[in-house]
Order: sequence, then structure tokens, then C-alpha cells
Amino acid sequence: MDQAEPGIEQGATTRLLGEWTLSRHAQIKRLLAQSPAPEGDLCLKQISALDTAGATLLIRWLGVERLQQIISSDAELQPERKALLETLTRAMGREPAARQKSPNALIQALELLGQQTETLARHFWQLSGFVGYVLQTLATVLPRPSRWRMTALVNQIHQTGLNAVPIVALLTFLVGAVVAFLGATVLGEFGAEIYTVNLVAYSFLREFGVILASILLAGRTASAFTAQIGSMNANEELDALRTLGLSPIELLVVPRVLALLITLPLLTFVAVVSGLVGGALVSVVSLDIALSQYLSILADVPLKHYLVGMVKAPVFAFVIAVIGCMEGFRVSGSAESVGQHTTSSVVQSIFMVILLDAVAALFFMEMGW
Amino acid sequence: MDEAIIEVRGLSNRFGDNSVHEDLDLDLYRGEILGVVGGSGTGKSVLLRSIVGLNRPSGGEVRLFGQNLLALPVEERSRLEQRLGVLFQGGALFSSLTVRENVALPLIEHAGLSRDDAEELAEVKLALSGLAPHAGDLYPASLSGGMIKRASLARSLAMDPDVLFLDEPTAGLDPIGASDFDQLLLTLRNALGLTVFMVTHDLDSLWTVCDRIAVLSQKRVLVADAPERVAEYPDDWIQSYFKGPRGRAAHRAVKSGSVNNSAVQRS
Repeated sequence: MDQAEPGIEQGATTRLLGEWTLSRHAQIKRLLAQSPAPEGDLCLKQISALDTAGATLLIRWLGVERLQQIISSDAELQPERKALLETLTRAMGREPAARQKSPNALIQALELLGQQTETLARHFWQLSGFVGYVLQTLATVLPRPSRWRMTALVNQIHQTGLNAVPIVALLTFLVGAVVAFLGATVLGEFGAEIYTVNLVAYSFLREFGVILASILLAGRTASAFTAQIGSMNANEELDALRTLGLSPIELLVVPRVLALLITLPLLTFVAVVSGLVGGALVSVVSLDIALSQYLSILADVPLKHYLVGMVKAPVFAFVIAVIGCMEGFRVSGSAESVGQHTTSSVVQSIFMVILLDAVAALFFMEMGW
Repeated sequence: MDEAIIEVRGLSNRFGDNSVHEDLDLDLYRGEILGVVGGSGTGKSVLLRSIVGLNRPSGGEVRLFGQNLLALPVEERSRLEQRLGVLFQGGALFSSLTVRENVALPLIEHAGLSRDDAEELAEVKLALSGLAPHAGDLYPASLSGGMIKRASLARSLAMDPDVLFLDEPTAGLDPIGASDFDQLLLTLRNALGLTVFMVTHDLDSLWTVCDRIAVLSQKRVLVADAPERVAEYPDDWIQSYFKGPRGRAAHRAVKSGSVNNSAVQRS
């Protein structure tokens, strides 16, 4: 037999042999399951190696009291073994905590539903509170130029605006081209290809420019806001600000909100222009519409469509910034929580942008704008 | 007690222009508790990170059990790393797992235990580290500082390591908690035959549990010897460290204390 293999030698005195260690956990467990705890004397002296894993199994097998007896009566046991077993019996002698039994699936599902409904309700409550808080701070800060934080503002405009220009321009250019292709396919059947230009112009001026820019910003910037403020929150930096008598809303949220209020309209403009360029490229290359013709049709589109699109940009910007920041404030301690709230901020801000846009579309249609 | 299981030879660490260690030598002998002290910025934590292989040194070599960790293939390196337990300064518990799962994780991954076995064993380690029974179900975010240290100790002990690295284990603990921790460390060392590398600023800990103290200064190990001899070493920093009001108080307390644990250990 392998010398190191754990074993039990029955006899007048039961002897334990071999290595009783973590790497042999499964073996020992099988062995102990087969053998009843001995009634007579037990000798632990011949165990060649013993660690906490082996000792734990041994104690579970014999029971805490029995082992304590053995330790105190066995004078030959090595002192370090004795110390290990004593320490462990003391630790394990305490009653283990009763694990909570999980109730059945139906009750769990109901509980979950209730929890989520409550969370959602509380969430909207918090959001309105936060919006009010931000508006109040804006109202106190804006009339006092000495409290404007220009460095933070410019930095945020750089990160959220300037750095986003390439991706916004590229994406809207591609969508513009796709819309033009769609228009050409559908309208071509009626011999009305020329209306492709109107399709691209109307869709980008009224909806696509602002929607695409907002969604990109929601994905790119709301998440960044949540992660930044969330890690500061997890690191107690927000509490540190508060104890220094500074307002995290004024220092962190206001510059971000203002930055988005400035950058989203600009990005919307970029989006509209590059969407129109994408449409123009397709029209010129594959629909045989001359560029001059394209431009003259564009020139006839009333200005109000552009304004209908642009007026939504600041609203969306506010919503995205506030949701991004608020989720950051809701982060609790852990890294996992930062991730959860980042996801949640992106989902919420995109949801809110599309919801508000639908409401606005209805409103503008009813008004005949 | 003369077998060096960790040998640091000619270790240099530079970060940009800033040199932290130059030509540093240090040995860690089996079964001892080595306390590492030094002023702020003398690279105590960097030394610890270099030894456990988290930091690739700019020069020199670290040998664990006679092998250079950084030169080993992944498999062997992992096996060697399982013989080390590290308690990080901030605890570094995985925040998405409960305390019990934190301790059970290496047992499941490396020892191949079933989840139930691993959690049962984890429960024992938690009890061993002095955590209350209900603490296993908590997430790290809801633990107090002392509980985090204990939970983290339990995790570092999960695999029954040969060498335990502690980065300021008693920092942030109340004095009672800190002296409990010292006792726990001694008990574990005596019971499990651990070798301990402890970065600390706690003078009480140093006098109570350490067999040797290594002083980091001037980018190297100035002296590494028994506490009494280190305290006599003619160096300004060491003198003000050990003979300052706090150092004297801690020494007196240990001398007059009922249990001198180093003496118990050596007998």
C-alpha cells in the first residue's frame, strides 16, 4: 500500500495512518464514510501529515467532545498536532449558523416581482428628487460666475463632445446612406426617386440626427459618468467631499450636465450634416441625381423641421446626463455594483430618449409643425 | 530553522527615475515570523509584491522553495503560488461573492472539492479566523474593517499554504482586535507550521509575534535579526522607531506581559 495513503488500522487501539491533507480530501472522506467512529482508544501519532482540511474531517468524524478527550488523554501526540486540533475544535465547537431554507419557486417569483416593482417605484421617486436637486443647484450656481467651474466644464466638453465627433459623424453618414438606399428602392417603384432627397432630409432634420447622437452619447457618456461617479462613491470620495462642506452635485454633476447641454446640440448638428452628406453620396453615385439638384431640393425644405429636431437636443442631453450621474450616486461599495449601475444607466437613458422622442413626435404632429 | 525557503538576492526595483530597492538581499526561514518595517515609501509593499510575483523586479532574483517564480511555466507557477497565502492591505475580498464563497473559491478551483465540501471547510476556516458564524453569508461590502481582515485571513489560509504574506494585518483594528490577531497568528503558526512574512507598523505586533525583524532603509535591508538586537542597532531611524515613546511603551508591555510568546515558541 502507498505509504502516504490515509488509512485506518482497526484493533484494540485504532490507528490512523498516512497523509490527512487537503489534496487527499476526497479519499479521506470516502474512508471515513465507510468506517464507524471507533469506541475504543485512538492513536493519531502515526499520521504523517495533517492540515486543517484533514483535521476538520477528523473532528467531524469523531465529534468535538470525543476528540477533546483524546487530545487531553493522549500524552504522546506531537505538540503542534495537539495545538492544531485544539484550535480547530475550539473553532468548530461553536454552533454553525443555520442556513436559511429557500421557499418554493412561486413564492420566490412573487417576492421578486414585488421587489422589482417597489424598486422601480422608488427609482422614479429618486430620479425626480435628483432632477429637482440638480435644477436647484443649477439655479444657484448659474447666476454666480465666480462659482462656475470652467476647467471641469471644458474638460467634460472635450471628452463628451469633441472626442465623440468622429464616431457620431461616421455612424450618421452610414445611416444617411442606408436611408437613401431604402428610399431609392421603395420610391423607385413609383418612379419617384427624386423624393429620396426629401426622405433623407426630413428624417435627419426631424428625428435621426438628434436620436442617433443621443443614443451614441447615452452609450458613450452616460456609462462613463456612472462609472466615474460610481467608483468615487464606492471609494467614499463623495462622502469626503460632503465632509469638506462641498456639494458633489455642484462639483461633479453640474459641469457634466452643462457640458452635455452644450455638446449634444453641436453633435446633433454634426449628425444632421453628415447624414445629409451620406444621402447625397448615394443620390449622386447611384441615383443619378446631380449634386446641384440635391442641394436645391434641400434648400426648399422649411427651416422649422431643423428646429423641431434641434429643440429636442437639450432635453435629451439633460436626461442622459442626469441619469448617468444619478446611477453613479446609487452605486454601493462593490465593483459589481458599479457594473450593474453602468448597464442600468445606459438602458435607462436610451429608453428615456426614445420615449421622449415618441411623445415629442406625437405632439409636433398634432400641432402641425 | 535554518532552511531558507525564500531567498531574495540583489533585488532592484525602479519605477521611472525613482529607485525603490537596490541590491536588496533577504532570507525567510521555515517556521519563522518575519516582521518587515520601514518608513513610508521604503518599498515594503513592493518587496512583498516582488516576492509573490505580482511585480517583475528591474533586477535581481527571488527564489521561492529554490525556484524562480517568474521563470516557471504557467502550470508549475500556479502550483507554487498555491503554497503562498497573501492577505492584502485592503482585504481584496471579491465583492461579488459572499465571504464563504470567497474562501471556498480556491478550494473548488484548485483542490477540486465539491461546492458543499468546500463551503463546509470554508466555514471552519472562518471560525478559525474568529469570524462569527453568520458572517459567512454576508457580502464584503457589509463587513467592518476587522471582519474584512479576518475574512481575508481565512481566504489566504484556504489552501493551507506554507508561507503566509501579511500586508499590515493589524492596521485599522482596535487594540483588542489587533492583539487577538497576534494571538491567532501565533496559534496558527504553531499549529500549521506556517512561515509568515509580515509587513507591519504595529510595534506591539512586532514585539509579540516576530521572531526576526527586517528593517528596510536606504533601498535595502539594513538589518534583519531578533527584535532585541534590531532595537539596539546603531541607526537613527531604528533608534527613533524602537526607542521613541511608542516603541518603549510597546516593549515594556511585552516584557512585563504574562505571556512572552516568542519564548513559548522557542522552548
